Amino acid sequence: MTYIPHTDAERQQMLAAVGVTTMEDLFPDVPAKYRFPQLNIPAALSELETAAELLALSEANEHAQDFAVFRGAGAYHHFIPSVVNHMLLRGEFYTAYTPYQPEVSQGTLQAIFEYQSMICALTGMDAANASHYDGATSLAEAVTVALDVGRQKRRKIILSPAIHPQYRAVVRTYHQGNDVQIVGDGGRADLSDLITMLDENTAMLAVQYPNFFGQIDDYKTLAEKVHNAGALLVFVANPLALALLKSPGELGADIVVGEGQPLGIPLGYGGPYLGYFAIRNAYVRKIAGRIVGETLDKNGKRAYVMTLRPREQDIKREKASSNICTNQGLMALAAVVYMSVMGKQGLKQAAELCYHKAHYAAQQINSVPGYSVELSKPFFHEFMVKCPLAISDLNNALLERGFIGGYDLGADYAHLKDHMLLCVTEMNSKDEIDALVAALKEIGS
Amino acid sequence: MDSAIPTIYDISVPGRHGSKLPDVDVPKSDMPADLLRADVRLPEVSELQVVRHFVDLSELNHAIDKGFYPLGSCTMKYNPKINEDMARLAGFAHLHPLADESGTQGALALMYELQNWLAEISGFKGTSLQPAAGAQGEFAGILMIRNYHLDRGEPQRTTILVPNSAHGTNPATCTMAGLNVKELPSDQDGNVDLEALRAACAGDNAKTIAGMMITVPNTLGLFEAHILEALEIVHAAGGLMYMDGANMNALLGVVKPGELGFDVMHYNLHKTFSTPHGGGGPGCGAVAVGEKLLPFLPGPLVQMIEAGTDDEAPLYGLRMPEKSIGRLKAFHGNFGMHVRAYTYIRMHGAEGLKRIARHAVLNANYIRVKLQNAYHVPYNRICGHEFVMEGHFKDVPDVHALDISKRLMDYGIHPPTNYFPLIVPEALLIEPTETEDKATLDEFIAAMLKIAQEAHETPELLTSAPHSTPVSRLDEVRAAKQLVLCCSPVRQAASD
Repeated sequence: MTYIPHTDAERQQMLAAVGVTTMEDLFPDVPAKYRFPQLNIPAALSELETAAELLALSEANEHAQDFAVFRGAGAYHHFIPSVVNHMLLRGEFYTAYTPYQPEVSQGTLQAIFEYQSMICALTGMDAANASHYDGATSLAEAVTVALDVGRQKRRKIILSPAIHPQYRAVVRTYHQGNDVQIVGDGGRADLSDLITMLDENTAMLAVQYPNFFGQIDDYKTLAEKVHNAGALLVFVANPLALALLKSPGELGADIVVGEGQPLGIPLGYGGPYLGYFAIRNAYVRKIAGRIVGETLDKNGKRAYVMTLRPREQDIKREKASSNICTNQGLMALAAVVYMSVMGKQGLKQAAELCYHKAHYAAQQINSVPGYSVELSKPFFHEFMVKCPLAISDLNNALLERGFIGGYDLGADYAHLKDHMLLCVTEMNSKDEIDALVAALKEIGS
Repeated sequence: MDSAIPTIYDISVPGRHGSKLPDVDVPKSDMPADLLRADVRLPEVSELQVVRHFVDLSELNHAIDKGFYPLGSCTMKYNPKINEDMARLAGFAHLHPLADESGTQGALALMYELQNWLAEISGFKGTSLQPAAGAQGEFAGILMIRNYHLDRGEPQRTTILVPNSAHGTNPATCTMAGLNVKELPSDQDGNVDLEALRAACAGDNAKTIAGMMITVPNTLGLFEAHILEALEIVHAAGGLMYMDGANMNALLGVVKPGELGFDVMHYNLHKTFSTPHGGGGPGCGAVAVGEKLLPFLPGPLVQMIEAGTDDEAPLYGLRMPEKSIGRLKAFHGNFGMHVRAYTYIRMHGAEGLKRIARHAVLNANYIRVKLQNAYHVPYNRICGHEFVMEGHFKDVPDVHALDISKRLMDYGIHPPTNYFPLIVPEALLIEPTETEDKATLDEFIAAMLKIAQEAHETPELLTSAPHSTPVSRLDEVRAAKQLVLCCSPVRQAASD
C-alpha cells in the first residue's frame, strides 16, 4: 500500500537492529496517555478512485476551459506554451530542494540566475531575488527594505489606493507589530495627493503600474519628488506589461515588485504564484530571500551559488529582516522557461495583443447604451466600466451565457459601486469579445 | 572561461522566434509613444533550444527522483506523480481565484475537507491554509499569539521563548511580528533545559511571557522528554505554546499536539504531505489552532454556509474570522499544494498515515544504530524521524562535516543538512523518510562507513571532494565580493 516499500521481513530485521520488538516501541518519550490516538480520517482510496474523486471536485468548478474569462484583478488568463509544463515536470527540478549544495544543484542555480536576469531586464533594476510567495508579500517585503534603508527612523509608508486591495491588506498584516504608519490609500488620492504626503518621516511611496484599474498614470515627475523627500519609490508592476511599457527603472523606481503569474503560471485558483522582487544596486544587500550569484569553481569553471547568505534567517536568526526560507522556486522556473520560449518578440507580441484587444473591447462596450467605459487615462489590458445594473446581477447573467465577467469594484471602493473591472487578454478572440458585447447589450436593456 | 552549460543569453540569436501567437484579429489601437520602451533584453531562442537548455540544466541537479536525499529537517520523501496530475486538472489549474463562490464549490469543498483533516490529525479546532510556507505559518502563529494577548488587554506580553536548537526561522519570525526573543539552553540530553525555562517564567518575568515556540521532535530529532512540564510552565505563566510542525512526519498517528496542550502549530505540507519542494518552493505552511486562537486565524477560511441534504451538496464560502490577524497573501494560499496534500491524505487514510511516521522513525533509527560506532552521535537514544551526528573525528582534525558532505556526493547521495542544529559541533542532520527501502539505507550506511575509513586513510579524498559532480567546490567569497547577479547582456544594458 501507498509508498512505503518495507516488507515484513525487512521490518523485523530493522527493528531487531534497533533493539526493539514492535514499531510502537519506537516512541518511548511520547507521553503514554496521549500516544497512538484515533485518527478520524476516511479510509484510503486507490489511485484510480482518488483520481475519480478529484476529477469530480475539479469539474464542480466554473473554469477557463468552459467559460470565456474577462476577469483579471491580479490573476490573468494567458497562453502558456506546452514546453513550460514539460520542463516543470522534470523530476530533477521539482523533486529537488533549495540549492544548499551547489555542486549538485547547478541546474536550479543557473535557472534562478537566468530568471533573475530576465526580471532585471523587464524591470530595469540591477538585482532580483529568487522569489517571494506572491506579489502581495513581495510588496510587504519591500516595506521592510524601505524601513531598513531609512535606518528604522522613517516610519511612514505611502500606498496608492490604486494598488491591489489585497496587497495593501497583506502589507498591513505583515507590519501590524512594527509601529509603522501606513497612509494614502484610505480614499481617492491620486498621484499628486500622494506626493503632498511625503515628508522627512516617509520611508517609501508605492504605486501600481498599470494600476489596479488597468490605467497607466503619468509618473514623469514622481521619482524626483519622492527622492527629494529622501524616500524610496516602489513600483508594483505587471511583468507582462513591461514587455511593452517603459521599465520602472527608467521611471526612477528604486524597488520593483509584483506578481509573476502572467509569466507562464496558470490561474490555479490563486496559487502557487510568484512574487518577484527587484532592486537597485545601492540596496542589494538589504534584499530578503535567496539570491544566486556567478562565481568560479576551483578549476576555474563558471558556476552559480546562493550568495550574500549572511542576510538570511538561518544565519542571522532574530536579527534577520525576514524569516523567508521556502520560496516559490518552481514558479520562478516556470517564468524563466516561459520568458525564454516566448522570447523578446513573443512577450512583446502577447502584451500587444492584450493592448489591442482590450482597447477594441473598451470601445465596443462604451458604445452600448447604459454602459460607460473610463477612458480618461491610457490603459493596458484592464478597464473600468460603469454598468446599468448591480455587478453581481450582471455577472450572474453573464455566467448563464458562458462568460466570467468583470471584477466588482464596489466591493473594495465605495465610490465605484456598479463599476466592473474587465480584463481582455490574448486568450479572448474577436468573436468572444463581440459575443460579450452582445450579451452586455442584451442584459443591460 | 570554461562553463558547464552556456546561459540562455549565450545561445540567443537576434531575430530568432520561439513560441508564436495568433495575429491581431481586432482593429489596432494607437499606443502613446511616450509610454513605450525601446527594447527589452530577453533572449531570442527556438523552442528546441529552450527544451535542450533546461533539460541539460535539470541533469545537473540531484533530486529525489534520482537518488537518496537525506536532508535533515526537510523531509525529502517521494512526491507521488498522481499529485502532479491532480493539481493540473483543468477545473483546478484554470480556475480564477476571484470567480464567484457559486462557481468554485469544488475547490472550496476540497479546502474545507483539508482544513478539517489537518485539524483532526493534529488535534486542533481549526486550520487556515493561507500560509505559503512554514515560515509564513510561524509568522501567522506568532501574530495570533500577539493579538490574543492584546485582545485580553495584556500588551506587555512581548517575550517569546525559543530553545537554542530552533530553526532560524523561529527567532526571525518573532522579530518580524515585533516581539522579543529569549533564547533557552538545552540540557545534556538534548531537551529544553527545564530549570532555565522555569527561571524565564518565574516571578515578574511571567507577566512578559507571550509564549514559547518549540519544535517537536526537536531539531536533534528527539521527542522532548519533558514536553508536558514545559507546556504546564508556560501556560501557568499565561503564555501560549507554539509547536513548529516541521517535523510532523514523526508524529502522524503517534500523538496529536493539540491534545498535548499546544495552542497553535504549523504544518509543512511540502514535508509531511509530500507536495514537492520544487527546488526551493512553493510549499504550504497551514496553521492549526485550538479554541483560544480560532477567532484570530489568518483568512479567509472556507466555511460550510449551508449543510448538504440527500439531494444537494453543502454550500461553501470564504469568510474572514472575527478577529483575524488578516490576510497573509493575495487570494487563498498555494491552492495547488492543497490539491496535492488532499490527494496524498485521501490515498493514505488513517491507517496509511499512521504507517508513515512509524516507518520514518524506523528508518532513522536503523541508520543511527548502524553508524553510531563509526561517528559520534551526541544524543544517542531512540530518535524520531531524524538524528544528528558529528561529522568530525578527533584523530583527523582536518576533516570536517563539510568534507564528509561533499564526499557523499561522489557516492551519488545528497548530503545531510550540515552545521545545523547549531548546538552540535560539525552537525550532520540525517532524515531518511519512510519511502526509502532497506537496500537504499544500507547503501547509504556503507558509503558513510567507507567515508569514515577514507577520512583516516586518505583524508585528502574528502577535503578535495567532490570529484564526480558537474562542478567542484565553488569560490563563495568571490561570489559575494564581485556580486555578479545577472547574465552579461542584462548587466551591460543596465550600465549603458
